[in-house]
Amino acid sequence: MTDNTEKTLEQITTKIWREEAEVDNPFAAAKSYCAGFDVYGDLLGKISLVEYLWLLFKLDPPNKAEARTFEGLAVALANPGPRDHSVRGAMNAGVGGSTRASALIAAISIGAGNLGGAREVFTAVQYWQQCGTDIESWIDIIDNPPREERADVWPEMEHTPGFDPNGASCPMPVKQLLDHLVEIEQNEPLLWLQSHRQTLEQHTGSPLAFSGVAAAAFFALGFEPEQAEILFLLLRLPGAAAHAIEQEKMGWSRYPFFGNGLTLTNDPGPVANND
Amino acid sequence: MTEKSTNLTNGPERLKFFEDNWQTEMGAWFPGERVVLRGKDVFTELNECSWMEYIVYAITGKNNPKLATIIEGLSLLSTSYPDPRLWNNRIAALAGTARSTGALALAAGIAVSEATIYGLRPIKGALDFLYRASDQKDHGIPIEEIVKDELKANRSVSGYGRPLINADERIAPAMRFLKSIKADSGKFVKLAFEIEDYLKNTRYKYQMNIAALNAATVADLGVSLNEYYYTSTLAFIGGILPCHLDAQTKPEGTFFPLSVDRIKSMPCANREWSN
Repeated sequence: MTDNTEKTLEQITTKIWREEAEVDNPFAAAKSYCAGFDVYGDLLGKISLVEYLWLLFKLDPPNKAEARTFEGLAVALANPGPRDHSVRGAMNAGVGGSTRASALIAAISIGAGNLGGAREVFTAVQYWQQCGTDIESWIDIIDNPPREERADVWPEMEHTPGFDPNGASCPMPVKQLLDHLVEIEQNEPLLWLQSHRQTLEQHTGSPLAFSGVAAAAFFALGFEPEQAEILFLLLRLPGAAAHAIEQEKMGWSRYPFFGNGLTLTNDPGPVANND
Repeated sequence: MTEKSTNLTNGPERLKFFEDNWQTEMGAWFPGERVVLRGKDVFTELNECSWMEYIVYAITGKNNPKLATIIEGLSLLSTSYPDPRLWNNRIAALAGTARSTGALALAAGIAVSEATIYGLRPIKGALDFLYRASDQKDHGIPIEEIVKDELKANRSVSGYGRPLINADERIAPAMRFLKSIKADSGKFVKLAFEIEDYLKNTRYKYQMNIAALNAATVADLGVSLNEYYYTSTLAFIGGILPCHLDAQTKPEGTFFPLSVDRIKSMPCANREWSN
């Protein structure tokens, strides 16, 4: 058992945060600093949500172009729409009257994956780190994707990360997002992706997806793959939350059940109960 | 018609094929009538299974009471510690002290059990290593070389060594249990101990941890990596639930509270935000 009076108290070590205690309560902060900025005495009223998000991860303010790029990405990702797997998960929670937390857990759990999800973005940012803006490297990694030698909890990628294996041509919103992000600063990786998109699509056999633009943007903004993965999870939650609440009010009877959509191909049929 | 017979590999045609068309051998509910799992009627053919036998059947498609017994016994002895300092249990306790719900606490506790320094990654990794090691041994490669190669490639050997302490107090009771059901002397259990015999005499001084023994036990039953992964996802709930309940029934907010001076902030000069 620990004797707190004699031993040094264990601490949380952080670069992100510093607090000063209230004089009457060591468990309440009078001042909170994020990367040296007084959060409630200075940032509040001055900083945008997206700038604050950037500051939390980068520990330095973004320049104007970085803030605009990050904001553009955040707006584009905020609502993947009610057909998206992660949003469907959240809506399922809603229609069943589940806890609101479970709606976001559902969206995060589903939106974490290799198909259009955060793990895909993680892997795609790794590709960017490896290949940069060298088309030969990209073609090589598309043709010879890296494989884990040791078993992991994540399934293997089944397609080139950042491209939609179920797509036809590149959807207009994906192109609009890429064009918008390029216009802000002519950022090299984004510009390169815009000019090489069709070549990459020919080699992957699939169109560029939102996850691909997001990965390029995170890479262009200097985020690590781990940061990109968790930010992608976070930035896609607003739509999941709103759709979950909406469907909660609508109720299960106005939500698809796919009643006739399932076929059991090995149905043993009714079995006599001997009781 | 199945997907394979349509020769659809990707693109929107594949999605069109699957629209309102989920063909499955896994199972279905016939409303008001019956339910089928993997071709068996739940009410009349699986009704005498234990809960874990049912789960094993769902995951593997095989009736395997011995595997179910092993999973139950080893989960009880090795992954159900009711100590809220352990990272996954602590999440459930925090949910309790913050007055969240039991299901949310359990969901979060299970989710984080997919960890790297403990939990599902080492669990799956240990089986992966044992299967690879056995294969290499069958090809005449000595244990020393197998382990050295593993250390060289990964700087660790899944199932050996342990955070906080080296010795694993679970081995002895687990072996007593395995002996009682005649599951303590298979080829893989012997291999696991052979590897330990080598490793504990190296400069690493690694001892076997329970992940290696558990993996060896299921390897002796021919369980696949994925089957083991899925059967292990529930292994921690015996520890998670009591930790949540304990915190839930004590005064709110009292589980390991942190005062402001428990934050050790790394140096960062105060500064002012400028737009």
